[in-house]
Amino acid sequence: MSKPRVKLPESAKVGEVIEIKTLISHVMETGQRKDPDGKTIPRSIINLFTATFAGTEVFKAELHPGISANPYLSFFMKVPGPGEFEFAWVDDEGKRIAEKLKLNVT
Amino acid sequence: MRRTVLSSRPSRREFAIGAAAGVAAAALPASPSLAQDQPQAWELAVRKILGEAKPIEGKMTLELPEIAENGNTVPFTIAVDSPMTDKDHVKAIHIIATSNPQPGVATFRLSPISGKAAVASRMRLQRTQDVIGIAELSDGRFLMTKRPVKVTIGGCGG
Repeated sequence: MSKPRVKLPESAKVGEVIEIKTLISHVMETGQRKDPDGKTIPRSIINLFTATFAGTEVFKAELHPGISANPYLSFFMKVPGPGEFEFAWVDDEGKRIAEKLKLNVT
Repeated sequence: MRRTVLSSRPSRREFAIGAAAGVAAAALPASPSLAQDQPQAWELAVRKILGEAKPIEGKMTLELPEIAENGNTVPFTIAVDSPMTDKDHVKAIHIIATSNPQPGVATFRLSPISGKAAVASRMRLQRTQDVIGIAELSDGRFLMTKRPVKVTIGGCGG
Protein backbone atom coordinates (compact mmCIF):
# COMPACT_ATOMS: atom_id res chain seq x y z
CA MET A 1 0.00 0.00 0.00
CA SER A 2 1.67 3.18 -1.13
CA LYS A 3 1.61 6.28 -3.29
CA PRO A 4 -1.87 7.65 -2.66
CA ARG A 5 -2.98 10.12 -5.31
CA VAL A 6 -5.77 12.62 -4.77
CA LYS A 7 -7.31 14.95 -7.30
CA LEU A 8 -9.17 18.04 -6.09
CA PRO A 9 -10.39 21.01 -8.12
CA GLU A 10 -7.83 23.82 -8.22
CA SER A 11 -10.24 26.05 -6.37
CA ALA A 12 -13.81 25.87 -5.08
CA LYS A 13 -16.48 28.21 -3.75
CA VAL A 14 -18.42 27.75 -0.51
CA GLY A 15 -21.58 25.76 -1.30
CA GLU A 16 -20.15 24.31 -4.52
CA VAL A 17 -20.38 20.52 -4.97
CA ILE A 18 -16.93 19.22 -5.89
CA GLU A 19 -15.72 15.83 -7.10
CA ILE A 20 -12.85 14.17 -5.26
CA LYS A 21 -10.89 11.38 -6.93
CA THR A 22 -8.49 9.11 -5.08
CA LEU A 23 -6.21 6.27 -6.13
CA ILE A 24 -3.75 4.13 -4.17
CA SER A 25 -1.55 1.24 -5.22
CA HIS A 26 -2.47 -2.04 -3.52
CA VAL A 27 -2.67 -5.63 -4.76
CA MET A 28 -6.12 -6.18 -3.11
CA GLU A 29 -5.43 -9.91 -2.77
CA THR A 30 -8.85 -11.58 -2.66
CA GLY A 31 -8.01 -14.70 -0.66
CA GLN A 32 -9.48 -16.75 -3.54
CA ARG A 33 -6.27 -17.20 -5.55
CA LYS A 34 -3.83 -20.10 -5.23
CA ASP A 35 -0.05 -20.01 -5.61
CA PRO A 36 1.75 -22.45 -8.00
CA ASP A 37 1.92 -25.05 -5.16
CA GLY A 38 -1.85 -24.97 -4.77
CA LYS A 39 -1.80 -23.09 -1.48
CA THR A 40 -4.35 -20.33 -1.01
CA ILE A 41 -2.80 -16.86 -1.04
CA PRO A 42 -4.13 -15.15 2.11
CA ARG A 43 -6.51 -12.25 1.73
CA SER A 44 -4.90 -8.84 2.00
CA ILE A 45 -6.96 -5.82 1.03
CA ILE A 46 -7.62 -2.21 1.92
CA ASN A 47 -10.91 -2.62 3.77
CA LEU A 48 -11.60 0.97 4.77
CA PHE A 49 -11.26 4.42 3.26
CA THR A 50 -12.31 7.62 4.97
CA ALA A 51 -12.33 11.25 3.89
CA THR A 52 -12.51 13.93 6.57
CA PHE A 53 -12.81 17.67 5.91
CA ALA A 54 -12.11 20.22 8.64
CA GLY A 55 -12.60 17.48 11.23
CA THR A 56 -15.91 16.18 9.83
CA GLU A 57 -16.18 12.82 8.12
CA VAL A 58 -17.54 13.45 4.61
CA PHE A 59 -17.25 10.00 3.03
CA LYS A 60 -16.49 6.45 4.07
CA ALA A 61 -16.06 3.33 1.94
CA GLU A 62 -16.09 -0.19 3.37
CA LEU A 63 -14.30 -2.28 0.77
CA HIS A 64 -14.41 -6.03 0.17
CA PRO A 65 -12.36 -8.33 -2.10
CA GLY A 66 -14.68 -7.47 -5.02
CA ILE A 67 -12.95 -4.09 -5.37
CA SER A 68 -10.20 -4.11 -8.01
CA ALA A 69 -6.47 -3.80 -7.32
CA ASN A 70 -5.23 -0.22 -6.89
CA PRO A 71 -8.58 0.98 -5.59
CA TYR A 72 -9.98 4.08 -7.25
CA LEU A 73 -12.77 6.10 -5.66
CA SER A 74 -14.66 9.14 -6.83
CA PHE A 75 -17.17 10.93 -4.60
CA PHE A 76 -18.58 14.41 -3.94
CA MET A 77 -18.63 17.06 -1.24
CA LYS A 78 -20.56 20.30 -0.82
CA VAL A 79 -17.88 22.74 0.31
CA PRO A 80 -18.84 23.97 3.81
CA GLY A 81 -16.02 26.52 4.00
CA PRO A 82 -12.23 26.60 4.01
CA GLY A 83 -10.44 23.60 5.38
CA GLU A 84 -8.11 20.69 4.94
CA PHE A 85 -8.91 17.15 3.85
CA GLU A 86 -7.53 14.06 5.47
CA PHE A 87 -7.80 10.90 3.40
CA ALA A 88 -7.00 7.58 5.10
CA TRP A 89 -6.66 4.03 3.82
CA VAL A 90 -6.57 1.06 6.25
CA ASP A 91 -5.58 -2.48 5.23
CA ASP A 92 -6.26 -5.94 6.71
CA GLU A 93 -2.99 -5.79 8.66
CA GLY A 94 -4.15 -2.59 10.36
CA LYS A 95 -1.66 -0.42 8.48
CA ARG A 96 -2.96 3.11 7.87
CA ILE A 97 -1.79 5.57 5.26
CA ALA A 98 -3.05 9.13 5.48
CA GLU A 99 -2.75 12.05 3.12
CA LYS A 100 -3.57 15.65 4.04
CA LEU A 101 -4.51 18.20 1.43
CA LYS A 102 -5.79 21.74 1.74
CA LEU A 103 -8.75 22.81 -0.38
CA ASN A 104 -8.32 26.20 -2.03
CA VAL A 105 -11.62 27.92 -1.17
CA THR A 106 -12.19 31.26 -2.88
CA MET B 1 -39.50 -21.23 -5.53
CA ARG B 2 -37.55 -21.79 -2.34
CA ARG B 3 -39.97 -19.90 -0.15
CA THR B 4 -40.91 -23.12 1.62
CA VAL B 5 -37.77 -22.94 3.75
CA LEU B 6 -38.99 -19.68 5.21
CA SER B 7 -42.06 -19.06 7.33
CA SER B 8 -45.41 -19.92 5.80
CA ARG B 9 -46.74 -16.39 6.27
CA PRO B 10 -44.97 -14.29 3.64
CA SER B 11 -43.54 -11.13 5.18
CA ARG B 12 -42.76 -8.02 3.16
CA ARG B 13 -39.09 -8.91 3.29
CA GLU B 14 -39.65 -12.37 1.87
CA PHE B 15 -41.76 -10.87 -0.84
CA ALA B 16 -39.01 -8.39 -1.67
CA ILE B 17 -36.29 -11.03 -1.67
CA GLY B 18 -38.44 -13.40 -3.63
CA ALA B 19 -39.15 -10.75 -6.22
CA ALA B 20 -35.46 -9.89 -6.49
CA ALA B 21 -34.48 -13.55 -6.72
CA GLY B 22 -37.11 -14.20 -9.35
CA VAL B 23 -35.84 -11.39 -11.56
CA ALA B 24 -32.25 -12.52 -11.12
CA ALA B 25 -33.10 -16.15 -11.82
CA ALA B 26 -34.86 -15.16 -15.01
CA ALA B 27 -31.85 -13.16 -16.16
CA LEU B 28 -29.22 -15.77 -15.35
CA PRO B 29 -28.54 -18.98 -17.22
CA ALA B 30 -29.94 -22.07 -15.53
CA SER B 31 -27.61 -23.10 -12.75
CA PRO B 32 -27.79 -26.18 -10.51
CA SER B 33 -27.41 -24.02 -7.40
CA LEU B 34 -30.70 -22.28 -8.18
CA ALA B 35 -32.50 -25.56 -7.58
CA GLN B 36 -31.20 -25.84 -4.02
CA ASP B 37 -33.31 -24.89 -1.04
CA GLN B 38 -30.60 -22.79 0.62
CA PRO B 39 -30.74 -19.06 -0.10
CA GLN B 40 -27.70 -17.96 -2.06
CA ALA B 41 -24.96 -15.81 -0.55
CA TRP B 42 -26.07 -12.70 -2.46
CA GLU B 43 -29.67 -13.14 -1.26
CA LEU B 44 -28.45 -13.27 2.32
CA ALA B 45 -26.36 -10.15 1.70
CA VAL B 46 -29.41 -8.31 0.31
CA ARG B 47 -31.56 -9.50 3.21
CA LYS B 48 -28.98 -8.33 5.75
CA ILE B 49 -29.16 -4.80 4.31
CA LEU B 50 -32.93 -4.59 3.80
CA GLY B 51 -34.16 -6.26 6.97
CA GLU B 52 -37.96 -6.08 6.81
CA ALA B 53 -38.03 -3.26 4.27
CA LYS B 54 -39.28 -3.60 0.73
CA PRO B 55 -37.05 -1.74 -1.73
CA ILE B 56 -38.38 0.73 -4.30
CA GLU B 57 -37.24 0.45 -7.91
CA GLY B 58 -35.76 3.47 -9.62
CA LYS B 59 -34.46 6.94 -8.66
CA MET B 60 -31.03 5.38 -8.93
CA THR B 61 -28.68 4.61 -11.82
CA LEU B 62 -25.96 1.99 -11.83
CA GLU B 63 -23.63 2.50 -14.77
CA LEU B 64 -21.62 -0.54 -15.83
CA PRO B 65 -20.31 -1.72 -19.18
CA GLU B 66 -22.69 -4.11 -20.96
CA ILE B 67 -19.70 -6.28 -21.77
CA ALA B 68 -16.69 -6.30 -19.46
CA GLU B 69 -13.70 -7.72 -21.33
CA ASN B 70 -11.59 -7.90 -18.18
CA GLY B 71 -13.45 -8.99 -15.05
CA ASN B 72 -10.52 -7.86 -12.91
CA THR B 73 -11.35 -4.24 -13.36
CA VAL B 74 -14.88 -3.23 -14.26
CA PRO B 75 -15.60 0.49 -13.84
CA PHE B 76 -18.92 1.43 -12.26
CA THR B 77 -20.76 4.57 -11.21
CA ILE B 78 -23.76 4.59 -8.93
CA ALA B 79 -25.87 7.72 -8.52
CA VAL B 80 -29.07 8.39 -6.60
CA ASP B 81 -31.50 11.19 -7.43
CA SER B 82 -31.56 12.85 -4.00
CA PRO B 83 -31.54 16.48 -2.81
CA MET B 84 -29.02 15.47 -0.09
CA THR B 85 -30.58 17.77 2.51
CA ASP B 86 -30.68 17.14 6.27
CA LYS B 87 -34.26 15.88 5.92
CA ASP B 88 -33.86 13.87 2.73
CA HIS B 89 -30.55 12.25 1.90
CA VAL B 90 -28.83 8.99 1.07
CA LYS B 91 -27.11 7.42 4.07
CA ALA B 92 -25.46 4.47 2.36
CA ILE B 93 -25.03 2.77 -0.99
CA HIS B 94 -24.32 -0.96 -1.18
CA ILE B 95 -22.93 -2.83 -4.21
CA ILE B 96 -23.56 -6.57 -4.53
CA ALA B 97 -22.19 -8.85 -7.26
CA THR B 98 -24.57 -11.81 -7.33
CA SER B 99 -22.15 -14.45 -8.66
CA ASN B 100 -18.89 -13.42 -7.00
CA PRO B 101 -17.40 -15.77 -4.35
CA GLN B 102 -18.10 -12.96 -1.87
CA PRO B 103 -21.08 -10.97 -3.17
CA GLY B 104 -20.61 -7.82 -1.07
CA VAL B 105 -18.35 -5.50 -3.08
CA ALA B 106 -18.50 -2.24 -1.15
CA THR B 107 -20.58 -0.01 1.10
CA PHE B 108 -20.32 3.75 0.74
CA ARG B 109 -21.45 6.00 3.62
CA LEU B 110 -22.77 9.42 2.65
CA SER B 111 -24.32 12.41 4.47
CA PRO B 112 -25.83 15.80 3.52
CA ILE B 113 -22.30 17.23 3.20
CA SER B 114 -21.83 14.92 0.18
CA GLY B 115 -23.99 17.35 -1.79
CA LYS B 116 -24.47 14.76 -4.51
CA ALA B 117 -25.13 11.02 -4.05
CA ALA B 118 -22.76 9.58 -6.64
CA VAL B 119 -19.78 7.27 -6.25
CA ALA B 120 -17.50 5.66 -8.82
CA SER B 121 -14.97 2.85 -8.45
CA ARG B 122 -13.83 -0.36 -10.14
CA MET B 123 -14.91 -3.89 -9.27
CA ARG B 124 -14.02 -7.49 -9.94
CA LEU B 125 -16.56 -9.79 -11.55
CA GLN B 126 -15.82 -13.50 -11.62
CA ARG B 127 -18.26 -14.27 -14.42
CA THR B 128 -21.29 -12.94 -16.30
CA GLN B 129 -23.82 -11.88 -13.67
CA ASP B 130 -26.18 -9.27 -12.27
CA VAL B 131 -24.85 -6.44 -10.15
CA ILE B 132 -27.22 -4.94 -7.57
CA GLY B 133 -27.15 -1.46 -6.09
CA ILE B 134 -29.08 -0.64 -2.92
CA ALA B 135 -29.43 2.86 -1.49
CA GLU B 136 -30.44 3.43 2.13
CA LEU B 137 -32.34 6.70 2.58
CA SER B 138 -32.55 8.96 5.64
CA ASP B 139 -36.29 8.23 6.04
CA GLY B 140 -35.61 4.50 6.35
CA ARG B 141 -36.66 3.57 2.82
CA PHE B 142 -34.49 1.64 0.36
CA LEU B 143 -33.97 1.95 -3.38
CA MET B 144 -32.73 -0.98 -5.43
CA THR B 145 -31.51 -1.41 -8.99
CA LYS B 146 -29.91 -4.21 -10.97
CA ARG B 147 -27.70 -4.40 -14.05
CA PRO B 148 -26.56 -7.48 -15.99
CA VAL B 149 -22.90 -7.53 -17.06
CA LYS B 150 -21.36 -9.94 -19.56
CA VAL B 151 -17.84 -10.86 -18.50
CA THR B 152 -15.36 -12.13 -21.11
CA ILE B 153 -12.42 -12.96 -18.79
CA GLY B 154 -13.35 -13.44 -15.15
CA GLY B 155 -11.68 -11.67 -12.24
CA CYS B 156 -11.23 -12.77 -8.61
CA GLY B 157 -8.59 -15.42 -9.50
CA GLY B 158 -8.96 -19.06 -8.51
